[in-house]
Amino acid sequence: MERPGSVETVERVGSRDDVIVWEEDGRTHLLLNMGPSHPAMHGIIRIILRLDGEQVVDADVEIGYLHRAFEKTCEFKTWNQVIPYTDRLNYVSPLINNVAYVMTVEKLLGITVPRRAQYIRVLVSEISRITDHLTCIGASAMELGAMTAFLYMMKAREWLWELVEMICGARLTTSYTRVGGLKADLPEGFHEACRERCRGVRQVLKEVHGLLTNNRIFIDRMKDVGVIDAETAISYGFTGPCLRACGVPFDLRKAQPYLVYDELDFDVPLGEHGDNLDRYLVRMEEMEQSIRIIEQCLQQIPKEAPEVMAPEMEAWALDDLGRLGQATIPPDRIRVRLANTLEGSEVFHWDHVNAPNRAVVLPPKEEVYTTIEALMDHFKLIMTGHGIMTPVGEVYFAVEGANGELGFYIVSTGQDRPYRIRVRGPCFALMSGLVEMIRGYTVADVIPIFGSINMIGGELDR
Amino acid sequence: MSRPVLTILQERFRGAIIETHAFRGDETVVVRKEQVHAVLQFLRDDPRLRFNFLMDLTAVDWPERQPRFDVVYHLYSLPYNRRLRVKTQVDDGEAVDSVTDLWKVANWLEREVFDMFGIRFRNHPDLRRILMYDEFQGHPLRKDYPLRGEQPRVPYRIQPRDPWRDPDRWKPSSESDPETT
Repeated sequence: MERPGSVETVERVGSRDDVIVWEEDGRTHLLLNMGPSHPAMHGIIRIILRLDGEQVVDADVEIGYLHRAFEKTCEFKTWNQVIPYTDRLNYVSPLINNVAYVMTVEKLLGITVPRRAQYIRVLVSEISRITDHLTCIGASAMELGAMTAFLYMMKAREWLWELVEMICGARLTTSYTRVGGLKADLPEGFHEACRERCRGVRQVLKEVHGLLTNNRIFIDRMKDVGVIDAETAISYGFTGPCLRACGVPFDLRKAQPYLVYDELDFDVPLGEHGDNLDRYLVRMEEMEQSIRIIEQCLQQIPKEAPEVMAPEMEAWALDDLGRLGQATIPPDRIRVRLANTLEGSEVFHWDHVNAPNRAVVLPPKEEVYTTIEALMDHFKLIMTGHGIMTPVGEVYFAVEGANGELGFYIVSTGQDRPYRIRVRGPCFALMSGLVEMIRGYTVADVIPIFGSINMIGGELDR
Repeated sequence: MSRPVLTILQERFRGAIIETHAFRGDETVVVRKEQVHAVLQFLRDDPRLRFNFLMDLTAVDWPERQPRFDVVYHLYSLPYNRRLRVKTQVDDGEAVDSVTDLWKVANWLEREVFDMFGIRFRNHPDLRRILMYDEFQGHPLRKDYPLRGEQPRVPYRIQPRDPWRDPDRWKPSSESDPETT
C-alpha cells in the first residue's frame, strides 16, 4: 500500500488490511482496529487506535453500526406510537426513555398527570437507573476479569427486571407510559415485592463493594485511568455520573426538579478525580440513593381510591349488555375481569394514573364498551389523522437519565404526529470525548475506560 | 430571572436577532447565520450568561421555506441553571460557522447534522459522515428523503476509509475546507 508523505508502510502483518505498521518521526506506529466485533466493544462500535508500542497516541471512533433511523421513523408515527421506539434507545433503562418522551409531549400539550402517576414514574425511573448502573459496573468488572461481581449484579438486575415485568409485562420492551399517564396502575403485591427486592439489591451492593472497592487489582486498573478534568468534560457535554465523577454537581433531578423529585430526600454523590474509580464509586452510591428514593416513593405514594366492590363480571358479558344498551350500571361501579394484559387499567385505577383529559387519554375499556361517548373518544384518538392534536410549537425537555441528560426536542406543526423528534442521548456526548480519555493510556486501559462510559448503542446510534 | 438573557442579547446584537419567543417556558432566539458564532461565543463567555454547556445541536428541515433549514442549538448554563435555544436559518448549500472551537462536543454533533441534513459547517476540522456509511447517497433526515429509500449496493469489502488510507487524517492540525469536501 502506498502512503504519501512521511508516512510509509514498512510492514504488513499477515494478509490483514486492518493492521498497518509504519514509521514516523523515528517511531514505529501501529494502526489497530478494535471492534466492531470485539467482545469489549459491546457489539457495535469500532475504535481505530494509533499505537506507539502499547500506548494510545490517537484514536478515531466510528459509530453508527446500530443506526435504525429512530428520528426518521418517528416522523411517520402518531404521538403514542413513538413510545415503543423509545424503549429501544437506552435498552438497559427503557423506562426512563418512556418517561422522558411522554413528558416532552405533555409539556408540548401543557398537561400534568395525577400525583400517583408521577410517583410511579419516579419509581420506575429509579428502578431503571439501578438496572443501568448494575449493567455498567457488572460488565466493566467482568471485562477486568471479575466474573463474580458480574454474576452477582446480573442476579440483582434480574430481580429488578422481574419487578418491571410485574408492572408492564415486559422486561425490556416496556412501553409503560402513555401521553397523559400510564398504561396501567401498579399491580397487586408490588409494594411488598419491591421492598423485598430493594433489600436484596442492597445486599448485593454490599457484596460487590466487598469484592471490588478495596480490591488491589481492581483499584490498580481503575485509579488514575481515564482521567478527564471538569472543564474538558463540560466542553464535551458530559452529563450524569461521568460529569459528577469530575466533581461537577449537576443532576437534573436537583437542578430542575421534575415529577415529584423535589419532595424526595436524596443525595447526589460527587467524585473528585474524574477517573474510572470515581465513576465506579459515583455509580455505586447512586444506586444506594435510588433505593432510598424508591423506598420513599413506596411510603409517600398516594393510595388509590377504595375499590368498588361490585360483583365481578366477565368482559364478554359486559360487552353483550353494552350492545343491547342494557349496561345500566355506572361504568365506575363495574368490576370487569379484563384480559391479563390490561391488568391495572381497570376503570377504578384509570383516573389515578391518567390525566382527566379526554382529548389525550384513551377512555377506560369498561366505558368504551358501554357508552357511546367513550366509544367516540376512543375512535377519535385511534384513527389516523385524528389522534392527539398538539399545538404548533417546539419544546425541549430533559430528564436525568441513567447516563446523564436525556433530552427530547420535539417540533410540532399541529398534527397528530411529530414533525421532528430529536433525542439528546447522553452517550453521544460521552463517546465524542472517549478519544480524549484514552489518549496516553495503554490498549488494556481502553477497555475499562470505555466500560466506565457505559455506552449504549441504541441511544448512541438511534 | 429569565427576561435578562434575551434583553442582554438584544442590547448586544441588535441587528443579528431575527426573532425571539418563549413557548412553554423555552426561550428561543433566532439569529442571522453570519452572527451565530459570535452570539454563541458571547453567550458562553459573558459573565452574566455563562452558557457553558452545548447540550444539543440539531437541524429541522422545512422544504417549502426559504431558507430551508433551521439549525438549533440547545444551551445550558450550569452557574445560572438556565436553558436557551438558539436557532439560525440556512439554505440548502450554504454553510454555517462551526462552533467546534467553543465546545468540543460540537465536532460530532455537527458531523451528525452534516450527515443527516447535508448542512456544511465552515472551519469544521473533520466534516465527514458519522452515522451513515461513506457511500450513502443523500441525507436521510431531509423531508424529501423517503422513509424506505433504496440505496445502491456497495462492495462488501470496501476500501478502508479516511483514517486508514489518508495519513493527513492523523496530523494534529488537519484543516479541511468544507467547500471542497
